[in-house]
This record gives sequence, C-alpha cells and structure tokens, in this order.
Amino acid sequence: MTTTAAPDIGTTTQIYRVFIRATPQKIWDAITRPEWTQRFGYGLKDEFELRPGGAYRGHANEGMIAMGMGGVIVDGEVIESDPPRKLVITWRMAIDPSMAAEGFTRLTYQIDEGRGGVSRLSVIHDLAGRPGHAAMVAGGEQGPGAGAGWTWILSDLKSLLETGEQMTTVGWTPDK
Amino acid sequence: MTDDDLVFKALADPTRRFLLDRLFERDGRTLTELESELEMTRFGVMKHLRLLEEAGLVVTQRSGREKLHYLNPVPIRLIHDRWIDKFTERRVSALTDLKRQLEEDSA
Repeated sequence: MTTTAAPDIGTTTQIYRVFIRATPQKIWDAITRPEWTQRFGYGLKDEFELRPGGAYRGHANEGMIAMGMGGVIVDGEVIESDPPRKLVITWRMAIDPSMAAEGFTRLTYQIDEGRGGVSRLSVIHDLAGRPGHAAMVAGGEQGPGAGAGWTWILSDLKSLLETGEQMTTVGWTPDK
Repeated sequence: MTDDDLVFKALADPTRRFLLDRLFERDGRTLTELESELEMTRFGVMKHLRLLEEAGLVVTQRSGREKLHYLNPVPIRLIHDRWIDKFTERRVSALTDLKRQLEEDSA
C-alpha cells in the first residue's frame, strides 16, 4: 500500500475471507472446539454453549497462564448456531478494562462448501463504534509476536487444517 | 491460473492498487463512491473491482439495495507466509550446514 492515511477503522464492518481445503465440519470444529482453538492464532481455550443465548468464553491457554495471564480473555454470547455453516456471537476483549468498556462486537463465521473439497470461510466482524477492538482485529499497532488480527489468525487456521501444523512468521524463531 | 497468480495479476495494476488503498482508508464502499475518485467510466471501475474480487482481495456484501466493497488482506498474508517462510528456511538451513561443516573441520 502506498497510502499514508490512517485507516478509518471503527466506523464499519471488517470482512475477512479464506479458502481452506477442508470440509465445513472440520472448519466448524476448529472454530468451536477447545482442542482445536488452542492450536492456531492466539490459541485461546474457547468454550461455546452452542445455542442462542449460550455463553462464549475464551480462556487463557497454558502458555498465557504461565506468563501470569489467566482467566477469561474474551467473552460473549451465542446469537445463532447453525453447524457447520454459520455461527453468530457477540465478542469482546474481557481482559483489558478499556476494551471491555467499549462493549460487545458482533462476529459472524460463515462457512460455505465449494467444489473439490475446498470450503470458504468468511469472518464478518461488525465493529461499529468499537475503535479499540477494530484496531486490534485489523492487526494495527501490534508488533511481531503480538499477532496481527484476523488476517494472521485465518492464515494460521488454513495452515493448521491443510498441513496439520501451524505455519506462521509471527513469533518465528530459528530452530537451532 | 493459480490463486497466487490471480493476486499478483490483480496487484500489478495501478488503478487496482488505488482502489485497494481507498478501501484500506475506509472499508465498505459502494461502486459509486469508488468511481467518484477515479477518472474512469463506471464500466472500467467495475471491471477492475471484478478482478480484485476474483483474486479474493475484495469481498462484497449486500446491504439493502447497495453492494458494499471490503478489503480482504488474507490472500496477501498467505503469499507472505508461504514465500517468507520458504526463504528464511533456506537461509537457516544454509547456516546450519555451515555450522556443521565448520565443526567437522575443527574436529
């Protein structure tokens, strides 16, 4: 990008999309089951009550707890659960008081099955009036190692489901 | 054409990069808004947006009667991950080889 203008985030929706060689059910499981959610992106131990009004909690993983960051990192509520096609939840950074004070955002996962065993995962994040959350999920103002929002998370998820392991340059360190 | 080819082709045009820059500044724009910033026919802008959409760099969403355009940076990230990982891996293995060679020489 050649522009130097600051992105006008926080006033709109952000949409991220990735094509993954996996069934909708595998993608659904990766998003909703803690044994999978800990293996990509920030690696939270996610816990969903998959019914309208059910609770959503993203718990600290063991690495975070070891660094002294425990408890519920992200929280929200399930609005719609239509496995393995569509999940709508509210979503908020609970661990950070200033972020938590912004209130909940609305997050939709849409999974569409295509030809040749390739599915399309769309993340539609409604962040209107939530500039702190919008900057975070857009990957803004975070150095390497802190992650880079949805773009990084979805790239990591694709690698995990297609190769069985994470492949990311964030936090990359030499093997030897 | 592979997915990567579509992305590189889409990025190879200044008008399309201009459109991505506008969406980076503010997401969720209509064709009319994007068109107003370009000296180009509506048809021309539509053609560029379609190529960006085919490459996955733009995602559209209907909102009432309007079609909104969103920037999707994920394909660029995927290319970054694939290529950067490939090159850093080679550099690391070259250093590993050098280390082994030096250790063997000094043994």
